[in-house]
Amino acid sequence: MRKTYNRVDDITGSVIHVQAEGVRYRELAQITSRRGSSLGQVIGLREQNVAIQVFAGSRGIATDAEVRFLGHPMRVPFSHALLGRTFNGSMIPRDKGPELRDNLVDIAGPSVNPVKRIIPRHMVRTGIPMIDVFNSLVESQKLPIFARAGEPYNPLLARLALQAEVDVIILGGMGLKHDDYLFFRDTLDESGALSRSVLFIHTASDPVVECLLIPDLSLAVAEQFALQGKRVLVLLSDMTNFADALKEIAITMEQIPSNRGYPGDLYSQLAARYEKAVDFDTAGSITILAVTTMPGDDVTHPVPDNTGYITEGQLYLRGGRIEPFGSLSRLKQNVNGRTRADHRTIMNTMIQLYASFRETLEKQAMGFRLTPWDRKLLKYGDRFEKEMMDLTVNIPLEGALDLGWTILSDCFDPVETGAPSAIVEQFWPKKA
Amino acid sequence: MNVATGKISSVNGNLIRVNFDGAVGQNEVGYARVDDTPLMSEVVRVHGRQADLQVFEDTAGLAVGNTVTFTGRLLSVQLGPGLLGQIYDGLQNPLPRLAEKCGFFLQRGAYIEALDPRALWAFTPTAHPGDCLTAGDTLGTVPEGLFTHRIMVPFDFPGVATVVSMVPPGSYPAGGTVATLRPERGTERDVTMIQTWPVKIPIKAYAERLRPTETLVTKIRTIDTFFPVARGGTYCIPGPFGAGKTVLQQLTSRHAEVDVVVIAACGERAGEVVETLREFPALTDPRTGRSLMERTVIICNTSSMPVAAREASVYTGATLAEYYRQMGLHVLLLADSTSRWAQALREMSGRLEEIPGEEAFPAYLESVIASFYERGGMVRLKDGSTGSVTIGGTVSPAGGNFDEPVTQATLKVVGAFHGLSRARSDARRYPAIDPLDSWSKYPSIIPGDAVDAARQTLRAGHEIGQMMKVVGEEGVTPEEFVTYLKGEYVDNSYLQQDAFHEVDSATGADRQRHVFGVLHLFLKAPLQFPNHEAARRFFHQLTQMTRDWNRQVLNTPEFKEAQHALETMIEESTPDA
Repeated sequence: MRKTYNRVDDITGSVIHVQAEGVRYRELAQITSRRGSSLGQVIGLREQNVAIQVFAGSRGIATDAEVRFLGHPMRVPFSHALLGRTFNGSMIPRDKGPELRDNLVDIAGPSVNPVKRIIPRHMVRTGIPMIDVFNSLVESQKLPIFARAGEPYNPLLARLALQAEVDVIILGGMGLKHDDYLFFRDTLDESGALSRSVLFIHTASDPVVECLLIPDLSLAVAEQFALQGKRVLVLLSDMTNFADALKEIAITMEQIPSNRGYPGDLYSQLAARYEKAVDFDTAGSITILAVTTMPGDDVTHPVPDNTGYITEGQLYLRGGRIEPFGSLSRLKQNVNGRTRADHRTIMNTMIQLYASFRETLEKQAMGFRLTPWDRKLLKYGDRFEKEMMDLTVNIPLEGALDLGWTILSDCFDPVETGAPSAIVEQFWPKKA
Repeated sequence: MNVATGKISSVNGNLIRVNFDGAVGQNEVGYARVDDTPLMSEVVRVHGRQADLQVFEDTAGLAVGNTVTFTGRLLSVQLGPGLLGQIYDGLQNPLPRLAEKCGFFLQRGAYIEALDPRALWAFTPTAHPGDCLTAGDTLGTVPEGLFTHRIMVPFDFPGVATVVSMVPPGSYPAGGTVATLRPERGTERDVTMIQTWPVKIPIKAYAERLRPTETLVTKIRTIDTFFPVARGGTYCIPGPFGAGKTVLQQLTSRHAEVDVVVIAACGERAGEVVETLREFPALTDPRTGRSLMERTVIICNTSSMPVAAREASVYTGATLAEYYRQMGLHVLLLADSTSRWAQALREMSGRLEEIPGEEAFPAYLESVIASFYERGGMVRLKDGSTGSVTIGGTVSPAGGNFDEPVTQATLKVVGAFHGLSRARSDARRYPAIDPLDSWSKYPSIIPGDAVDAARQTLRAGHEIGQMMKVVGEEGVTPEEFVTYLKGEYVDNSYLQQDAFHEVDSATGADRQRHVFGVLHLFLKAPLQFPNHEAARRFFHQLTQMTRDWNRQVLNTPEFKEAQHALETMIEESTPDA
């Protein structure tokens, strides 16, 4: 039987301090007070003084609360019984199912040895031309969706989850509105995908510390499935809330902030989560799609900025469309050379011309005389936006490539596109 | 030596405070015990009888009262034959052997010797008993892949060493004695093929440092022609995320004309390292016909690996680079990214509660960065041969804004600046090195005046482009419009390279000289067109043809034919003088 302690010295934010001996860094504690019981984690040791971060927040905790150390770090029960279930950040069921206690695995485990990773080679087809053609999604990729608060990022995330061919879907919701949580649950349910999903949900009204645990829980479970050879897709929404929770705790702990109040280790904290995306040598894979809302639509804000340096590209969602500039899949080269010979040509040519179209739009807005070339670009840009960029477009990759050639040949002569002559010869539609 | 021990009194993240007995040195290595696992740590501050240590591993499970044993050594690496082709973590643990031992995950507290002391090497002695040598002089050689690996008098050997005995030629284990040396005072010392050296101290066993003047060919046209790097020089690549820093580094590591490449992947994505370590063994080095891996050492401390070891990884890389330089080789050290290393410093500084400087970086950031880049250089060794360490570091400035402490501290100490621009990368112009902002203090492979003329065209073209945004195309004269198109043409057909095309991704020095010569003539040609539209069409065509030309293998009939077609086209649009 482990010793219990009954004297809380200090309560600040969600952190309490007790005097205790033999406590290990990062171990869990059970804190029981008049208002109920909560788990907490040791986040600092100074002589006998132990700092504990209480998952349910410190509200209602009294100085005589009972603190019992459990001798192990945070764990998650892993089994196939998780599928179809919903939990909160303390692993308490949100649905009506039973609590799970068997086969506990540590969360936030060590990182994968790089030599046990393989180069990802499998494209994840989504039916969205802006992704399939221009920024192909690759199994084991970590890709954030950068968006302003009002954009339809959650529907996009749900659509990607349903159209991608994966074995297991794990949703980690952080600071979700309750409606959004119900939206995800119902969408997965209606399409029959709930039975291969696990949901870890922290809603905006839940204690902030639980928000911090969501990515670790989700990824620890994902890792176990992947080790069993499953292809796992992890959806995280919204990582900005996660970063804000980190900020809140750091400030409470009186850490020196580095940039706009965020702690200096924000990059490492985010990286530790995103780097769980992996394609294992001789086992399964983890692909991560994460929403990062950009406060003030500002990509230089510390959260999207640090995220961009960690992830393998990013998708910008702007005005309900995936923006072709800035959006980038760093792994696309691993797959788009082996789809169809014209894939890369279409990808580069159409984007370069679309960039010229944007310049022409500016010119037009300034009231300059438009040249014949400008008019060609305007026609092209308009069709590109309507037929390729619109998110309702749902066509397979090959269809999208053919469509690309049709649009190009309707608007330009072959030399104007700058596409390599050999490819033009083979794919340029022959006029009847 | 008296080795101290201590007990943990506090734990805060990866910083522990230890009450110790005995003598403890700054930067000394200690091991903190958690259960039976020793966690490697380094002393970063001493206060009375208390020492603060940064732990190179996850600190979960440590408790107040756990023992810490100090070692009396600084953080060191092993140097000897067998380093090439290896993949190490920041503390020089060989990752493939770690995977054999621990499986998929990196287990903390698992340390493996960097070099196998039992591995046999064919040793040929070159020194003789009675010779008087100093630190860094060659005792004998072993063949390592392509190179003759020199076994040298240990770099820390004080004063003159008299050779007492040498083993005869033959096959010996790396950890076995090959020579016995007698110092001026003190006892005789046995020397093996492996020596250790503290990573944070530069190796200085050479005759003198030279000025870097020889261009290092990277086969990237923008760099070699416009913003060259010299052997023994230093350069930095700052850029926002997604601008192509890592692609640039990867291509440089493949194509650069150097003997050895040390890649320090520091706090970046694991996937990128995986590409290198899976692809390099299968790629052949065009200069030698051998696998690229045979000239490469990878130091890999990716972003999810422990933060403190990130700082160590760049120094480990620098030390290995200096070691091969001591053999008269030209070494390129690529550090990606130095910002992550600076952030590791910032995290530690914050935990130590030091007074923060700009953006919470520690006040000593600049001097730390400067002393790192100063480890690059061209040197004349004691035997008269030369060796060099060239350092290329990427910088990941927050928000892509170069006015931040790490970029600014770096710019002060490097010889070339390859600034990547978001606008260029958004427009898919690779490499995204900004042709107007970047600079280099090193000599180009192409005579200066020709480069200046092209740069002039780029600048003028850019200015006219800006002007047209205000006054429109109709507001500029036909001559100005042609200059604008010429500037775009230089950009589209020379600066930009297709990173994924077999031929276009790497342009050798000869080809650059040839192509640039032709381009130079084009730029001088007084082209005339009836109107803007005709000029635009002409340049569309010219760009397209030049790009096709870039994709042809040098000096093949197709190459010559494409060049001829280009020249004809220019002639036809040039009015007779």
